[in-house]
Amino acid sequence: MTLMAYKAEFKARGRYLLRDVSIAVEPGEVLAILGPNGAGKSTLLKVLAGELSPSGGTVFQNGRALSSISALDLAQERAVMPQAASMTFPFTVFDVVALGRAPYRKVSTRQFDQKQVRRAIELADITHLANRAYPALSGGEKQRVHLARALVQLWGMTDASQSGTESNGSDEQPSVARFLLLDEPTAGLDVSHQHAVLALARQEAKERGVGVLMILHDFNQVLTYADRVAILSSGEVVEQGSVSDVLTPDLLSSVFKSPIRAINDPAGGIVLVSQSA
Amino acid sequence: MIAVKQRVAALQVQLPVNRSVLFLVLLMMGFCAATVMSLGMGGVEISVGDVFVHLAHRIGITEVGIDAFDARILDSLRLPRILRAIIIGGGLGLAGAVMQSLFRNPIADPGIIGVSASAAFGAVSMIVAGHLILGSYYAAFGPYGVPIAAFGGAVLATVVISILSRQDGRTDAAIMLLIGVAINAIAFAGVGVFTYMADDAELRNLTFWQMGALSGNGPTDMPALIVMALGIAYLIRLGTPLNLFLLGEAEARHLGVEVEHLKRRATVITALVVGAAVAVSGIIGFVGLVAPHLVRLATGPDNRYVLPASAMGGAIILTAADAVARIIVLPAELPIGLVTGIVGGPFFLGLLIVEKKRRRL
Repeated sequence: MTLMAYKAEFKARGRYLLRDVSIAVEPGEVLAILGPNGAGKSTLLKVLAGELSPSGGTVFQNGRALSSISALDLAQERAVMPQAASMTFPFTVFDVVALGRAPYRKVSTRQFDQKQVRRAIELADITHLANRAYPALSGGEKQRVHLARALVQLWGMTDASQSGTESNGSDEQPSVARFLLLDEPTAGLDVSHQHAVLALARQEAKERGVGVLMILHDFNQVLTYADRVAILSSGEVVEQGSVSDVLTPDLLSSVFKSPIRAINDPAGGIVLVSQSA
Repeated sequence: MIAVKQRVAALQVQLPVNRSVLFLVLLMMGFCAATVMSLGMGGVEISVGDVFVHLAHRIGITEVGIDAFDARILDSLRLPRILRAIIIGGGLGLAGAVMQSLFRNPIADPGIIGVSASAAFGAVSMIVAGHLILGSYYAAFGPYGVPIAAFGGAVLATVVISILSRQDGRTDAAIMLLIGVAINAIAFAGVGVFTYMADDAELRNLTFWQMGALSGNGPTDMPALIVMALGIAYLIRLGTPLNLFLLGEAEARHLGVEVEHLKRRATVITALVVGAAVAVSGIIGFVGLVAPHLVRLATGPDNRYVLPASAMGGAIILTAADAVARIIVLPAELPIGLVTGIVGGPFFLGLLIVEKKRRRL
């Protein structure tokens, strides 16, 4: 029960954007994707989301090949928070978040949908914006709207106001795992909201067993919020493994072509800093 | 006043009805009123009461009908005409709303981006050159060839626009409008060439037809009207997928919409509706633009309400415009495209100014 790319490659105009990428997101873990600009991070996310079909290799979600799953089934198993979504029509924030309930419109009720939407709006800290028109928001506020939208999609029919994987308190695992894919979720956010978003994603993984994949740029955010990390460079996975094993100053310095040092944090652990010589 | 407001608020709490649903009900009532009033207007005034009595008689509720002369006017002239106005107005209003969502742009309209003109070009070429294209089959299929050719023109224009105006996965409004200008120019030039080639009888046929007319072509209109009614029935249910589409194509797919499938179907069926409308009534502009904009002022952008409301709004607009066209230059009648143009053009300018102030465009 994973979301897995097996030897995936993606070619555009004769150039490999992804080559021989094998990567798996397990339920309950946070996997971070790190890499310089143009390394193929967003392409990988789009391939995993089924937005692009790989030109070679296969993507499996919960044991089925992605290309064989209908868009609706796919939407009920994974949610995507995009980097930027434009919308010229003046929907209110509440309505945009409620669009995340669309995959469940045949099985859900209006009351339940609204309850989930209100909960997500609260968690994404946009309660004060709920009745504002979406196009009038700032970039960071829009990001949080899309986080809330991804959350209500991800929760599906499990009641979000109750913690734990199952509402009835039993520890049986859901039959299929759910996945959350975030493309630079912290872009355009202020520091406190960056941490809020990452903490939310981690909480989904730990409390509900969601498999989370996110593209990040900040090494220290990866250290704090991710369990494992994959480093991408020129369309290939350079290294993947647990955060503490992979995030070494030597490796990062060579991949990012910029000197990176680890210094001891007086509060515990290490901090990775980048400084030009 | 306050008491009434409180009552309404209390009613809204009791019933699970929101503002938009209320608006749909109001619109339905307005639609019925417009139909009945329009039935009474024209060269021969027929009172609203008489119209009701006649309708009741036809359904079989009452035994006695009205004056036989008035009854014949209603049956053979006004009812078919208003039926055409309702279906064409509804189809154009809905097609405009669907196009605006498909192109994710509030200024798409079958007239402005050249779909109507292209359909007209198809139809005109069939009227003038049909006997060359169809040869000996012209006698049998000629009348049905016109709607088919109009549909062909509409599909061609829609496909060209959706391919050319896309850039990096999104539709550029400015490019779309410029392509519309180009297509309009080409299509009108083509219509002009055929107008030049046409003989006298065909010519009168063509000019009326470019300005729009609801007088119809008799029973040969039936297939086109049925196609439009079916198209309307399909498009009106696309509210939720089109809402998701407004987020962007990738996002719509993430939320479970088979995007390519939806795009292809909605595009073809919209073109079918517009093509059929043009085949029956010629070019009637602005309905597809004004109706969705007007209803959005009341319902907001949610397509689950905008689509049915646009269909009803378009039907009301065209029924009312037709009533005006029939009485304003008695005993003659004005081509309806002129009425929608004269009223719709300035109206849309006003709307643009309001929108500009809100910075929504």
